[in-house]
Amino acid sequence: MWRYAVRRVLQMVPVLLGTTLFIYVLVFALPGDPIRALAGEKPLPDSVYQALRDHYHLDDPLLVQYGRYVFGVLFRGDFGETFNGQSVGQLIADSWTVTAQLAATAWLFELVVGMSLGVWAGLSAARRGGRGGGTRRGGFADAAVLGGTTVAIAIPSFVLAYSAQLVFGLKLGWFPTAGTDAGWPMSYLLPGMVVAAAELGYVARLTRTSLVENMRADYVRTAVSKGLPRHRVVVRHTLRNSLIPVVTYLGTQIGYFMAGSIIVEGIFNLPGIGHEIWLALQIKEGPTIVGIVTFLVLVYLFANLVVDLLYGVLDPRIRYD
Amino acid sequence: MTELARRTPWAAGLAVLVLTVPACSGGGDGDGDGNKGDGKPKTFTVANQEPTHLAPGAANDSYSIHVVNALFDRLTKINSAGKVVNEQAASITSTDQKKWTIKVKPGLTFHNGEPVTAQSYVDAWNTAAYGPNGWENNYYFGNIKGYDALNPEDPDGDEGPKKAPKPKTDKLSGLKVVDGQTFEVTLTGSFSQFPLTLAFTGFAPMPKGAAADLKAFDQRPIGTGPFMLTGSGWEHNKQITLKKFAGYKGGRPAHADGMTFKIYASRDTAYTDLVAGRVDILETIPPAKISEAKRLLGDRFVATPSGTMDYLEFPLYDKRFRNRDLRYAISMAINRQAIVETVFNNAFNPTGSIVSPIVPGYRPNACGTPCTYLPRHAKDYFDKAGGFSGTLELWFSNADPSYEQWMTDVANQLKQNLGINDVKFRKIPVADYLSNLSDHKATGPYRANWVMDYPSAENYLTTRCGDANRMSYDGEACMDLVTKGNRADSIEESVRFYQRAEQTLLKDLPATPLWNWQNQQGYSKRVGNVRFDPYENSAHYDQVTVK
Repeated sequence: MWRYAVRRVLQMVPVLLGTTLFIYVLVFALPGDPIRALAGEKPLPDSVYQALRDHYHLDDPLLVQYGRYVFGVLFRGDFGETFNGQSVGQLIADSWTVTAQLAATAWLFELVVGMSLGVWAGLSAARRGGRGGGTRRGGFADAAVLGGTTVAIAIPSFVLAYSAQLVFGLKLGWFPTAGTDAGWPMSYLLPGMVVAAAELGYVARLTRTSLVENMRADYVRTAVSKGLPRHRVVVRHTLRNSLIPVVTYLGTQIGYFMAGSIIVEGIFNLPGIGHEIWLALQIKEGPTIVGIVTFLVLVYLFANLVVDLLYGVLDPRIRYD
Repeated sequence: MTELARRTPWAAGLAVLVLTVPACSGGGDGDGDGNKGDGKPKTFTVANQEPTHLAPGAANDSYSIHVVNALFDRLTKINSAGKVVNEQAASITSTDQKKWTIKVKPGLTFHNGEPVTAQSYVDAWNTAAYGPNGWENNYYFGNIKGYDALNPEDPDGDEGPKKAPKPKTDKLSGLKVVDGQTFEVTLTGSFSQFPLTLAFTGFAPMPKGAAADLKAFDQRPIGTGPFMLTGSGWEHNKQITLKKFAGYKGGRPAHADGMTFKIYASRDTAYTDLVAGRVDILETIPPAKISEAKRLLGDRFVATPSGTMDYLEFPLYDKRFRNRDLRYAISMAINRQAIVETVFNNAFNPTGSIVSPIVPGYRPNACGTPCTYLPRHAKDYFDKAGGFSGTLELWFSNADPSYEQWMTDVANQLKQNLGINDVKFRKIPVADYLSNLSDHKATGPYRANWVMDYPSAENYLTTRCGDANRMSYDGEACMDLVTKGNRADSIEESVRFYQRAEQTLLKDLPATPLWNWQNQQGYSKRVGNVRFDPYENSAHYDQVTVK
């Protein structure tokens, strides 16, 4: 397993180099002159324009720029500089702590609420469906979860975000309306729930379907006929095996959440990754875009690795070589 | 989430549990400034966006300027009547409007205790005027003698392979320190408005040590104003924390113990926070929220005219637009009042003048008939011009969705009133838009916007009449009058010439005025004595009191 992990980590190097080059080319190809845009409607004298272009090395050929970037990152840990003089490394570190807190909150909601709803609905369906009942719907719980998650998935996140901000933040005053002043978890609960709301529907349904299918498996019938108590059958035998698709999904969700949410971070004024990349794209701030996207690629790669390794823990039949 | 909670009893239980945590913890929304006369420092918060720079010579966007304004005093300031008065200057005198003698008041200090001297100003101006430093306010120093030596031209233009040579000197020859508190400024030409321009934050002084590390100064400037940065200072994308400068001896001492600029990504969120009482002052209430803000805030909602104007400029390098009758026709076919009502919720004021109402010498609808909505006259002019051939392309950037909204109205009015049916939009990415205009690539009328640098008509007129105007307008007659105004003995006298220059420009109408922006501002119940200054586009932070 360790050899497998090391090999996977080594495989990330070419993937990372390839993606950063790709993003660099894309940013390079973006129309518009970021330095001219900096001056707004005011005139920008040639001398100042040239000084700024030189400072950000914008006149060098693409490959020279890219080479300097990779060299800087690898040997000096320097991710470049934003147009307002901030180091991109520091920017990523700062904004990522915000996004990570939001992601953790949303992910926990998704995990706990989504899986609980799934198990509840699944058990209800299995009991009602019984032998040969298959995945047929059944039970009040099943119908409720299905209906509820459909509604949650259907509402666009900005509607949910503004409504939640208005009701729970402004009118009821239970949560801060915006910002990170109150710290974790207070500042992150409301946006976290909004981000999780749509996604936990998928988790609930995956868990339910997987559980219902496994309840009909031979080993479950064996366990029941051996006279094991029901909770042991469900928790130890069925649920554990049913979790593989759910874990896969939750794993990719980490990457998804880590990319931040432009809309939710914007509405709740959380200076996270999504918000920063949106601002950087608007002013064509190359180093910030490349830095953040590279970082996100890394997060995705690691999240996938962790998911692959978790399979073995959940199902000992899976081997790595 | 709420939908789920209603239908599923135990999930509802969980939700209730989660939701009640904050209710129990009470007072968890601490800004750290819950002052109720218990000896805690009295501070207030201002909603802002992330500034680009805090060094006065580099800060050129309004969000940066708001902060610099709290941190720095300048030689002069503009009072509420739009008149220039001395701030750090003891006197600013000139006999020929070209050579100016400036005496700095003695006894003023920087936040680090260093005295403010003539040298502090000369250093600051030299630094900003030196091209290779890359400070965006560089061009404000263009009329000081010696500027060209600090900003050599690129011998073969932007596109050419050669680069501008490094300047041989980094000192403006037009600046001369006479004694500790006195310096002389020699301009390239007579300019009666010079004392006015000195009120701009870009002309603020700089302490001795700053030149050694300009980047550090930009991130953590040491100023001379009523407020100074605290230890935590500029926390990027989050907040900028300031405290009262205890050693302040200038003319606008701070009433509060401190203030914090909270950084918002969206004005809508900032507005929600203002209504929730989580931020004290907001200077940019979104137009869509104005009627709600009036209702919710009452007297605490304040609208003031601003120096910002929108124009529709015509590309005169395209011969179709060289016909003045066509320009008159388009200008008279636009119903400015209707657009301001429907698109901007009456947040802006329709205008027929080039300069803003807050500028001395402003005359309402200086343009007269050609900028008034008269559809029949418009059609007459249109027919006189021989109609319009080809596609009429309207240019604007994608910086704000409202541009497309009002351009849509303009397009409909031109269709309806002039019968121009072939109208297309050219919506350009914001990073590209202005270079398109300055490179003369616009193929039709385009949105132009001007943010006032200093309250003088000269600031509006030179940009449109001068050689550098983007429309290829031959503004010699207009510029002659502006130059006469610049040479006049006093600011009051110069106004007469500027008014004539404005008249000349409006008669030719290479650009038609559309509307004047207003600042829509509000404040919370926690703060008092909030007076908004149209010349700063912000509140007088020094006068704000905390209840």
